[in-house]
Amino acid sequence: MALVELRNVSKIYRLGGEEIRALDNVSLDIEEGEFISIIGPSGSGKSTLMHILGCLDTPTSGTVCLDGIMIQDASQRELAAIRNRKIGFVFQFFNLLPKLNVLQNVELPMIYSGVSGGERRKRALAALEAVDMVNRARHRPSQLSGGQQQRVAIARALVNNPRILFADEPTGNLDSHTGEAILSLFRKLNEEGRTIVLVTHDPEIAAVTPRRIEIRDGRIASKIDLTLAGLARGSVPASPASPVS
Amino acid sequence: MALLTTIIVGIKEVWAHKFRSFLTMLGIVLGVASLVGMAAIIKGMENGMKETMVAMGGADKVLLQEQDVPSYQEHLADQAPGRTMFDVQALRSSAPLLRLVSPEMRIEGVIVTKGEKMVVPAELCGVWPAVIDMNLHTLAHGRFFTDIDEELANAVCVIGTGIRDDLFGSPEETGREIIPIGETIYLNGQPFTIVGMFERYESEQEKKERLLRKTSPAEPQVGPPRRRGFGRGGWAFRRKNYTMYIPLNTAWIRFRAASGRDNIPDPRLSDIDLKVAGIEHIETALQQARNVLMLTHRGIEDFAFQTQENNLENINRQIRNARLSGGLIAGISLLVGGIGIMNIMLASINERIREIGICKAVGATAFAVFTQILVESVVIALLGSVMGVAASYGFVQVLQLLSPTANEPVITPVAMVVAVAFSALTGILAGLFPAIKAARLDPIVALRYE
Ligand SMILES: Nc1ncnc2c1ncn2[C@@H]1O[C@H](COP(=O)(O)OP(=O)(O)OP(=O)(O)O)[C@@H](O)[C@H]1O
Ligand SMILES: [Mg+2]
Repeated sequence: MALVELRNVSKIYRLGGEEIRALDNVSLDIEEGEFISIIGPSGSGKSTLMHILGCLDTPTSGTVCLDGIMIQDASQRELAAIRNRKIGFVFQFFNLLPKLNVLQNVELPMIYSGVSGGERRKRALAALEAVDMVNRARHRPSQLSGGQQQRVAIARALVNNPRILFADEPTGNLDSHTGEAILSLFRKLNEEGRTIVLVTHDPEIAAVTPRRIEIRDGRIASKIDLTLAGLARGSVPASPASPVS
Repeated sequence: MALLTTIIVGIKEVWAHKFRSFLTMLGIVLGVASLVGMAAIIKGMENGMKETMVAMGGADKVLLQEQDVPSYQEHLADQAPGRTMFDVQALRSSAPLLRLVSPEMRIEGVIVTKGEKMVVPAELCGVWPAVIDMNLHTLAHGRFFTDIDEELANAVCVIGTGIRDDLFGSPEETGREIIPIGETIYLNGQPFTIVGMFERYESEQEKKERLLRKTSPAEPQVGPPRRRGFGRGGWAFRRKNYTMYIPLNTAWIRFRAASGRDNIPDPRLSDIDLKVAGIEHIETALQQARNVLMLTHRGIEDFAFQTQENNLENINRQIRNARLSGGLIAGISLLVGGIGIMNIMLASINERIREIGICKAVGATAFAVFTQILVESVVIALLGSVMGVAASYGFVQVLQLLSPTANEPVITPVAMVVAVAFSALTGILAGLFPAIKAARLDPIVALRYE
């Protein structure tokens, strides 16, 4: 069984009498250890998909199975626990708490999972070590550059050792150089075995991931799978723009 | 999430907005201060009233009072015998449920002199020794009258310290305590020998102040003497100190013999005071006394009993009223304080919607968010109440300056605990709505909030 299984997922917003199909009948499997990029134009439904994958939102119809748990049936409390333990989320706008310093920000998810103070500190420092931010542990987010803030956010996403990491345009607010650094950090994490799903509208960024999914108007427009398993399954590059050189 | 962490985070959050939090706390501070202060003042009042009660003879004292005959006995009014020694003897022999029967003959219009000095006693009475027990007197010097004094109608008297102060000088004036046992004083010119003197009666507060003056004297009084206020206890103690007793027979022979109609001495006493054997049997005892008196008065009902129950009830009612109004004021202050807290918590979560969204995104449950907000609200309320308790000391001082009373306010731990508990409750109630609001926030909506 795949780590994440989406089956016929739709998300429909109703504004007045109008119906907006942000996601329209999306089915998708994510295997353990994969590095996937989701690409598509603005308003195509990438964020909506990520929020559903990240258990921040629930689908209007369809089923989502994450690590064996049926998300659409879970209670708020269970969803909070899944967000806390199984999922790491990285946002475009970093979303660090401005009142807390770097270390406290990274400790935050562990507070909600009831990790004791000493253990919390140890693991937070280890996570900061992994993103090379230990020397800024006592700084406030406002005292950091964008790239540094995003590294802290990644450390926070990783600190509870989640099964999967979701990143919604993590480089969207960074210059290309810093973005590349973040990207190579993701690649390193993936090489260490972490499952990562990354949203972007930049084809160059999408190009680094072995598997790419393109979304248009809430539907999956194309899937490219350059992994061995994917190639074995016979997934052929469908879009001429997609293949990596 | 562990409660301790929640509390620490809550305190940090409150600390991060020190000034705002402090302003919010003020309402609670005032509420708690007024609650504790009011309770202290009422407690002081209560103590003073109880002291006064004792000064007047205790709760088990019953006055046998004269009363107009009921209307159906109007035609017998002329024959109403009044209260006489006959009643006293009858009650003593036939009403065993009465512990004490104390006849009193009050003598009005007597001026007591000693050399140049003179005094008018607040109460000059011919009495039996039973009066000591009846009015809760304590003899400090000399002796009380004996049966021989009574029998021979000796010209002896026992005085209160007030009489001594006026005739011989008070310890404050002379610098030493004068004990005028054996001295002769004149009651309307008739010589009497002082055989005993009572102790000085005063409220706890007066005593404390007197001792304080003693240890640190020579503080010159600037301006008019500080108003001692309308001390409830004051007059009762003063009256008791200006008491002068002489044997009943002496009173009879020396002051009453020529006062009756048709040259027959007026046989009536001015007072008969009773004490019952046990206050729980007061109803039966009074019924018994009533039966006896109906007999001695030949069925003419020209008497009535006045128990301290009315007095006690009065006191209790006053205390209840004071508590109610004090509680109301404190309650309103706490309510206002609570509204202030709710207001600030609503503003605070509005500022923190995004933050709350982030916390939810990384795994905070609705319950964790709920407790966080609630704890913050309670932290504000509790800090306020601690300050309020501290402020109540100052509050009481200020109140005493504005309106001094004979009764010192007593700040009780119970009042503090109640005040703190109530403000904690206020904090919980005030935080409830904001906390629910915060807990219900949808993570996506919260994260999108700008
Ligand atoms: N809360 C909402 N209410 C109504 N419509 C919404 C809501 N959220 C998203 N949508 C709509 O759903 C569609 C998909 O939005 P989504 O944010 O997923 O796009 P996106 O692919 O992430 O775009 P971008 O690249 O600009 O971030 C859009 O048309 C958007 O207007
Ligand atoms: Mg988006």
